[in-house]
Amino acid sequence: MSAVLHPDHHASDEHGHEHHGAPTGWRRWVYATNHKDIGTMYLLFAFFNLMVGGALAMLIRAELFQPGLQIVNPELFNQLTTMHGLIMVFGAIMPAFVGFANWMIPLQIGAADMAFARMNNFSFWLLIPAGLMLLGSFFMPGGAPAAGWTLYAPLTLQMGPSMDAAIFALHILGASSIMGSINIIVTILNMRAPGMPLMKMPMFAWTWLITAYLLIAVMPVLAGAITMTLTDRHFGTTFFNPGGGGDPVMFQHIFWFFGHPEVYIMILPAFGIISQVVPAFSRKRLFGYASMVYATSSIAILSFIVWAHHMFTTGMPVTGQLFFMYATMLIAVPTAVKIFNWIATMWQGSMTLETPMLFAIGFIFVFTIGGFTGLILAMAPIDLLLQDTYYVVAHFHYVLVAGSLFAMFAGFYYWSPKWTGVMYNEKAGKWHFWLSLVFFNLTFFPMHFLGLAGMPRRYADYPMQFADFNMIVSLGAFGFGLAQVYFLFAVLLPVMRGRGEPAPQRPWNDPDGKGAEGLEWEVPSPAPFHTFETPPRLDPTATRILDARVMPERHEPVVVPTGH
Amino acid sequence: MKSIFNKTASMLLALGALSPAAHAVNDLPGGPGNWQLNLHPGVTRIAEEQSWLHWFMLITCLVIFIAVFSVMFYSIWKHRKSVGHKPANFHESVTVEVVWTIIPFLIVIGMALPATKVLVASKDTSNADLTIKATGYQWKWGYDYLKGEGEGVSFLSTLDPTHREMSNEGAKGQMPDDYLLKVDNPLVVPVNKKVRIITTANDVIHSWGVPSLGVKQDAIPGFVRDTWFRAEKTGDFYGQCYELCGKEHAYMPIHVKVVSAQEYTGWVQGEMKKAAAKQDDPTKVWALQDLVARGEKVYAANCAACHQPNGKGGGPIKPLDGSPVVLDPDKSKQIQVVLNGRTTPTGQMPSWKQLSDTDIAAVITFTKNNWSNHTGQVVQPAEVQAQRGK
Repeated sequence: MSAVLHPDHHASDEHGHEHHGAPTGWRRWVYATNHKDIGTMYLLFAFFNLMVGGALAMLIRAELFQPGLQIVNPELFNQLTTMHGLIMVFGAIMPAFVGFANWMIPLQIGAADMAFARMNNFSFWLLIPAGLMLLGSFFMPGGAPAAGWTLYAPLTLQMGPSMDAAIFALHILGASSIMGSINIIVTILNMRAPGMPLMKMPMFAWTWLITAYLLIAVMPVLAGAITMTLTDRHFGTTFFNPGGGGDPVMFQHIFWFFGHPEVYIMILPAFGIISQVVPAFSRKRLFGYASMVYATSSIAILSFIVWAHHMFTTGMPVTGQLFFMYATMLIAVPTAVKIFNWIATMWQGSMTLETPMLFAIGFIFVFTIGGFTGLILAMAPIDLLLQDTYYVVAHFHYVLVAGSLFAMFAGFYYWSPKWTGVMYNEKAGKWHFWLSLVFFNLTFFPMHFLGLAGMPRRYADYPMQFADFNMIVSLGAFGFGLAQVYFLFAVLLPVMRGRGEPAPQRPWNDPDGKGAEGLEWEVPSPAPFHTFETPPRLDPTATRILDARVMPERHEPVVVPTGH
Repeated sequence: MKSIFNKTASMLLALGALSPAAHAVNDLPGGPGNWQLNLHPGVTRIAEEQSWLHWFMLITCLVIFIAVFSVMFYSIWKHRKSVGHKPANFHESVTVEVVWTIIPFLIVIGMALPATKVLVASKDTSNADLTIKATGYQWKWGYDYLKGEGEGVSFLSTLDPTHREMSNEGAKGQMPDDYLLKVDNPLVVPVNKKVRIITTANDVIHSWGVPSLGVKQDAIPGFVRDTWFRAEKTGDFYGQCYELCGKEHAYMPIHVKVVSAQEYTGWVQGEMKKAAAKQDDPTKVWALQDLVARGEKVYAANCAACHQPNGKGGGPIKPLDGSPVVLDPDKSKQIQVVLNGRTTPTGQMPSWKQLSDTDIAAVITFTKNNWSNHTGQVVQPAEVQAQRGK
């Protein structure tokens, strides 16, 4: 068993990718068709946007540090909140998960690359003009869109030309997402190595398969809603303009029919990452694999029938409110099953707490707080008090920052040895985790109190009584922002430059083989430019490769694990 | 690492230096309190039940949270590699999985039942004693008493302009307890009477919410929605606009004054008298100084938030000082802009047709004869009336 570990393999692999026919210079990136290169570009694009969106958040918190207007005027403030939301959702979280999918899905299912390599290139490069258009809207007359990231009509009708830029940017980002999803679905359904049925597929691939279907289902809905906004603005239609008999609430229905599945698009791949990390560091197989798949699928299906819980104060009939309240509360059941499964995976394991595991445990702990506040918000009578207050802001940052972002950090620390060929600095990683966890809670926990006390969101100034908590929140936010800058300089840049301990092929396995499982650990670190060019032959658990011929650069013999 | 600590330390010092200013206000009864941790004390039955429901949910969730995470942290503590724990080999159990699917399902049903009861009660707007229409404008509230005692009373409710200036100045110095919550005309309602609030809006979506009364209802242009409350205590209760409605979203508070039945009757009579006295004769011909004096007040209450007290505007907001439209000898141009609003590539001026002819005439005359504008033009109410509907 120990023969499959290659503690010395990296020595000759310092410049591994150059030996395998990788194109060089700008052509490598602009003409990229390799899933690993495209994945890297997606992740860098997402990180850049995380920093930009984070900088906007810092400005928002600096303004709210004290009551009164100090730094920005209310108009710019609305632009900041709107752009912070749009950039984080469409520029940071979604592309980051597509980056993870590009890198890991072919490696996890034993495929040579994504199914449509050139479309993969196109769907990445579409992001650049879309991102430029979105960011450039700050410099257009009238400034960036200021109608909130939800773009509610008819406020959007009052916006300047930057609104059109944002709409076109979202169209392009949506097209990119749809292409990416088609690619992921086709790759997963057609290119799995022989011997890997769907029900033996790694959880990350499973969650992305479901997410990709959600994306294909709802991105056109968003495109429809914003196209109608566009024609309302310029071509005299009155879909949402009450001045001509249109219905502003209809916009909200259409938007949230997209928007609620979108929430799960941003969290299901995170569940997938956590389902990979927890078993690896518990040295135990994932508990209840099948029920995880069913839970994920039922969350996806339920996500289509809960959208109007974002609209409890628009004045639906009582039967409508009851339906959406019950449906929303039902989502707690499959989500609880997932949490229980992760804890059962840890139970009786043999745990070590490296940074990926810390982030995974942090995710489970803090995400669950966000889940419970979600349950509280799902109750329509309570939501009447909390709708559009800071309680909601706290809730969705608990599930999006401590949820999606923490899971992505867990995934980064878990897989970066495979990506870069070097180990990140473990001490720096732990600092990053603890700083992020503490400052995250310092930032977002007091927001619950502000929301309960009735402080509305998207306010540039607030009554004096809210001042104390806002000051704490701002301090926490600055700390959280600095923690991510620390991550950039202490963790990310060093591993990208190849500085650090050379990574073994299986950095997360004990000498007896316990630890991380999956085909991605069957290839050397860093992963060669081309992997699995010939479909590998898999063992019965579909986590090991039986033959060496698929890895021509590997000279060591492969020992088949005996029993499992 | 060190730099982070240094920065945090210096920020904490700054916090210490600033905090006296932040602590200078008292709790506002009926509004927010300092360090308030939970919902406002309810003064309606619905608000009390919402509060009970919230406690019920909070406690249930806390119990589950502590139970689940005790298991997790116990496991992390005991089943670590560093204490020599060897991994077990189990990875499924249908019984356990079925059990922990059914239990959350039952808990959720237990939570949904009381919520249903409160929700159904909160939606029952029938048999109201008093019906009031609340209209959201950018950025103020308009109230029309439609049915019940006080029928016919109608007024606008705007944030005290001095508070708006304090906000621009950075809220420095001694601040009032009702900062950003003080309005010129509060909504007055009688105690222990079922008040139905019909919401609508003039421009974009607003939301009318008062936490102590347990109500929040979006005000949607082109549509009417309703909600209700029956306040069981007299007093002042504050709320704010809860739906993003443009740049002055933070500056359109709600102040509900709940009074005894006698006080309410007295207030209604006073309002009726005021309304009769205020009834301007639209054919009256005004002198320039009188119109400018009245226009200055209208300007401060309605226009200064965007166009600024100095008339210079800012950003996409057009200046009035030296504006060709204001200086134009054809008075109808400016009247049309004020009445119907105007959309430019960079933004939108809302329509002000809800103001009276006399107020519009006054404010236009004021802008035409203030700052560096010395046109000497007088706009009479009759001219505004003539432009309405054109």
